[in-house]
Amino acid sequence: MSTVSVRDVTVAFEAVQVFDGLSLDIQEGEFIVLLGPSGCGKSTLLNAIAGLLDVAEGQIWINGKNVTWEEPKDRGIAMVFQSYALYPRMNVRENMSFGLKMAKTPRPEIEKRVAKAAELLQITPLLDRRPDQLSGGQRQRVAIGRALVRDAAVFLFDEPLSNLDAKLRNELRVEIKRLHARLGKTTMVYVTHDQIEAMTLADRIVVMKEQKIQQIGTPDEIYHRPANLFVAGFVGSPQMNFVKGRLENTGEGLSFLAGDRRVPLSGYPFMTAPSAGQDVVLGVRPEHLEISSTGIWPGFTVDIVEPMGADTVIWCSDGAGSVQVRTSGSRRATPGESVTLHVDPTQVSLFAADSGERL
Amino acid sequence: MSAAVPQGRRPRHLTVGRLGVYAFLVTAALFFMLPLWIMVVTSLKPMEEIRLGNILALPAAMTFEAWSKAWSSACTGLECNGISVGFWNSVRILIPSVILSIIAGAINGYALSFWRVKGANVMFGVLLLGAFIPYQVFLYPLVRIFSLTGIYNSLTCIVLVHVIFGLPTMTLLFRNYYAGLPIELFKAARIDGGGFWSIFFRVILPMSTPILVVATILQVTGIWNDFIFGLTFAGRENLPMTVQLNNIVNSTQGERAYNVDMAATMLAALVPLVVYFVSGRWFVRGIAAGAVKG
Repeated sequence: MSTVSVRDVTVAFEAVQVFDGLSLDIQEGEFIVLLGPSGCGKSTLLNAIAGLLDVAEGQIWINGKNVTWEEPKDRGIAMVFQSYALYPRMNVRENMSFGLKMAKTPRPEIEKRVAKAAELLQITPLLDRRPDQLSGGQRQRVAIGRALVRDAAVFLFDEPLSNLDAKLRNELRVEIKRLHARLGKTTMVYVTHDQIEAMTLADRIVVMKEQKIQQIGTPDEIYHRPANLFVAGFVGSPQMNFVKGRLENTGEGLSFLAGDRRVPLSGYPFMTAPSAGQDVVLGVRPEHLEISSTGIWPGFTVDIVEPMGADTVIWCSDGAGSVQVRTSGSRRATPGESVTLHVDPTQVSLFAADSGERL
Repeated sequence: MSAAVPQGRRPRHLTVGRLGVYAFLVTAALFFMLPLWIMVVTSLKPMEEIRLGNILALPAAMTFEAWSKAWSSACTGLECNGISVGFWNSVRILIPSVILSIIAGAINGYALSFWRVKGANVMFGVLLLGAFIPYQVFLYPLVRIFSLTGIYNSLTCIVLVHVIFGLPTMTLLFRNYYAGLPIELFKAARIDGGGFWSIFFRVILPMSTPILVVATILQVTGIWNDFIFGLTFAGRENLPMTVQLNNIVNSTQGERAYNVDMAATMLAALVPLVVYFVSGRWFVRGIAAGAVKG
């Protein structure tokens, strides 16, 4: 059963249409990440699910109930915001119990739920403090706690970690994942522009661009089999290398040709029947390129070396363009050095040059 | 002495330009202090001393007689009860007017910035337009309306007028303040199940202290200093202090009692003055916020 179902939803601000018939089904207990650059509509979609934005057309179903016209509080959701949105004049305990008080929950029940959530998030010692006496990480914990006590079936996260520094972000990311595992059947919808968060947290990622869903898939599918050039370029750091070329029939079957460089494609799982002579873009991730004397792509020179600790990224240029190669952290190279690259033909992606769609 | 090595705090020198700035500031301060000085010393002098004409001199025989006369026995026309009557009238007008206009403005501003009521922008535009039309235009129509409804010349009438004319400024003030609060707070409260009133009273109002202070200052000084509405709508029984002050100063027969006039004026100016001294920092903000209204 799907807990959240967005059916043909259109959202419009004044006369400007933001979505036009967008649909998305989310399974119970699933961790869904909406990923995309700013302005792609991911937060708008989340707000529409939350009921903070009216939809112009279509339906939103949560837990088998059509909630399209319901108030946010009646949708069985809880939400965590980027700016924490803690009530500044209430202490942590009051912040966490506000929703329950509004729902006229009996006092002992409120206390029980607040204590439980506080323990789960290790914020029990902070319960009597005010938000301005908390650090950013603590504030976001409290905000998550405030969502937890609502016992909602669906959690909505709107870029919850974007205001935190890198270290805290990593810590809380792990905690959110642990929380999801602990809660078991709670569905989470998480909006971010950070691909690391998306890759590490999601059961499925929804990649969005310009108000349209580009691809829905597991992190593995998104990373290894991107549906189009946008997804391929947006996910992955350093970025996927793109090389323009043509498909040609050679002795050993279909091959990718760019000038005198060649990649055999006999093992490539084409989604649509390819035709020889077609203009294509070859995408290859930096870790699937290798500096090797027996490589199939000669004629590169080392341009820039970026040591990152665990691995080293080497920019190789052939005069016309450059590609990034991810090698082991111990690998060193000198700028100007001539190298030959090897491409792993089983790991490449092919896109149609005109439409950008995966072949 | 060796040349100073640049380190630590940069030395500050008194330049000619800086001296000029100080000279200007001191002159300006003196210029604005002068009337106040004259009023204070004159109100403390007996009439014999005033007749000598040394208006800047300190009183030789200081007396508070003029103050007590102004407060309790100066004549406004036929009645000689001093300006105290007007003072209490002003207080009775001030308190409900300030409270009601601030409540109305806060609710208006809250609804306009958070609830996105249909046609909110048009409504706000019309309200602002009202703020820029000279009051005098409204006087006659309002007098007609109030006398038709039978509340003309009463305390209710003058309070209502102050609330109505305070509405555009108060709404603007609160709307702009609330526009600066994160909208996510409101969203969080919506998800937590807050309704229109519970979000207002439990979340938004507790965060409004700074703007409430500014609004209070603005309304207290504005309503206290009002003359024309009081004269037109309050009725004989409720004439505010400003109107009574005018009556005292203008209805003197024979020798003009400058010391009483000055004392009465000082008394009338006391409330805004106290507000100013108690809340100097906020007062400036209030003036700046009110500056949109010209």
